[in-house]
Amino acid sequence: MMDVKRRYVIPGDVIATGPLRPEQNVYQDGDRMISTCVGISEIFENSVKVIPLTGGYMPKSNDLVIGKVIGTSPLSWEFDINSCFVGFLPAQDVFGRDYSPTKDELKQRLDIGDLVATRIANFDRSRDPLLTVQDRDLGKIDSGELVTISPSKVPRLIGKRGSMIQTIEMATKAIITIGQNGWIVISCEDSEGLLKAVEAVKMIDALAHTPNLTERVKSMLGVPDGENNDTIND
Amino acid sequence: MVKTMTQLMTEDGIRCDGRRLDELRNISIKVGVLKNADGSAYIEFGKNKILAGVFGPRDVHPKHMANPDSGILRCRYHMSPFSVTERKNPAPSRREIEISKVIKEALQPAVILKDYPRTVIDVFIEVLQADGGSRCAALDAAAVALADAGIPMRDLVSACAAGKVADRIVLDVNNEEDQEGQADMPVALMPNMGKITLLQLDGMLKPEEFKTCMQTALVGCKRVYEVQRKALMEKYFQNGEQ
Repeated sequence: MMDVKRRYVIPGDVIATGPLRPEQNVYQDGDRMISTCVGISEIFENSVKVIPLTGGYMPKSNDLVIGKVIGTSPLSWEFDINSCFVGFLPAQDVFGRDYSPTKDELKQRLDIGDLVATRIANFDRSRDPLLTVQDRDLGKIDSGELVTISPSKVPRLIGKRGSMIQTIEMATKAIITIGQNGWIVISCEDSEGLLKAVEAVKMIDALAHTPNLTERVKSMLGVPDGENNDTIND
Repeated sequence: MVKTMTQLMTEDGIRCDGRRLDELRNISIKVGVLKNADGSAYIEFGKNKILAGVFGPRDVHPKHMANPDSGILRCRYHMSPFSVTERKNPAPSRREIEISKVIKEALQPAVILKDYPRTVIDVFIEVLQADGGSRCAALDAAAVALADAGIPMRDLVSACAAGKVADRIVLDVNNEEDQEGQADMPVALMPNMGKITLLQLDGMLKPEEFKTCMQTALVGCKRVYEVQRKALMEKYFQNGEQ
C-alpha cells in the first residue's frame, strides 16, 4: 500500500519541495509545491495534489452533470450546470441528424426548468461546455428530489469505489443520481427512505473533511458497522 | 506642533490608545458570514469593522469587459454613510475609487485568473466602521473571502500599515495618528512568497526611516497572516491541525 501523507492546507502553504509533479490545486514555484486552495494536501510518491474543501464546479470532459434548462436558441438548449460557464446541448443530439428548426420544436422535448442528466462531451478554455445525452442513464429526469451540495464534496459522497453511495442506497432503497457539479437527484418510492437519504447527503456535505464519515453515516442510517472503513478519499 | 506630539505619544513610547510602538490593534476575522456570497469574511481591526464578499467566477457583464485568455478581477471598496462620525455621502468618492483600484491591484498577483477565461471575480468590500488603516483591513478581509470562495490563489495577501508619529516609527497607525502624524505607509505582502503587492506612502520619511518603517510593516503583515490563517483553519477544520 502506497504511503500518502495528508495535511490541512490553505492557499500559499508549501506542501513539499523537490522534484514532484503538481496536480490538482497545486502551484509550482521553483521546486516548491504550493497549495492554491483550502483543502487537504496529499503527497504521493512523485506527485502532489490538494483535495479542495470549497469552490465552484469547473467542467471536465466526460463528467456526468445534472443541468437545468435555462433557455433555448434555434439550434440548442442552454443549461445551468452550477458553473461559471453555460452548458450547450445541440438539438441534433436529441432529435437526431435530420433535425430541422422549421419542423421540430425544441420545447416539446425539454422545456425551461427541466432537469436533465447529461455528460460533458467537450470543454476547453475557448468554448462553453458541450453537453450530450447520448448515453445510458442520461436524459430528462422526471421525478426525484434535487439536493445541492458543494461540488468539491462530491468525491466524498461517492466514497472509495462507490462505498459511501452504495451504503446510502442500500439502507434507504433510494436511487441517487450524482452530478459532478454538486447537483444530486434522489428518488425513492418510500418517503421515509427519501428523507433519510437527503439527510445523509446533507450530512456528508457538512462533515466531508472529518475522518470515519462512513461509520457516522452508517450509524445515522441505522446500518450495523461493517469492515469497510472508509478514509478521506479522492 | 509640539503639543500634538505629546498628545500622540508619551515620552516612554506609549501611544494615544495605550499601545507600544510595535503593537498591533486587536484583530479578529470571521469567515463565511454571508450566505448569499460565494465567499465572505468579516474583520474587526481595532475599531475598523469591515465586511468583504466575493462572487464568482461568473459571467462578465458588460460582455465587452470579458477577456478570452483569462478571468478578470473587479473590486469595490465602499464606506457606509454611518462608518464615520459625520455622515458620508454614499456615492463613490474619489478616495474610494482609488482604494478600490489599489486593492484590486494588490490582490491580482495572488489570484490565479488564468484558470477562468471569460469570467469575472467580484470582490465587494463594505466598511461599516472606519478608524484609520481601513484599506489594509479591507485587503485582509478580501484575501480571506477569496480563499473562502475557493478561488485559486498563489498565496494569501496580508496588509498592515506603519508610519511616523511624533518622530518615531510605529506599527499600525490608527485614525488619530493618521490625521496628526507625519507619515502613513500601508504595505501588503504575500507572506509565503515574500512579495509586496501594495506600497503607498503618505508623508515624508528619510531613507533610513523608510527602511525601518518597511521592516516594521512587514513584521505587522506577518502577524496579520497568522490571524487570517487561524480564521480559515477554524472555519474549515474546526482548528484541528492534523
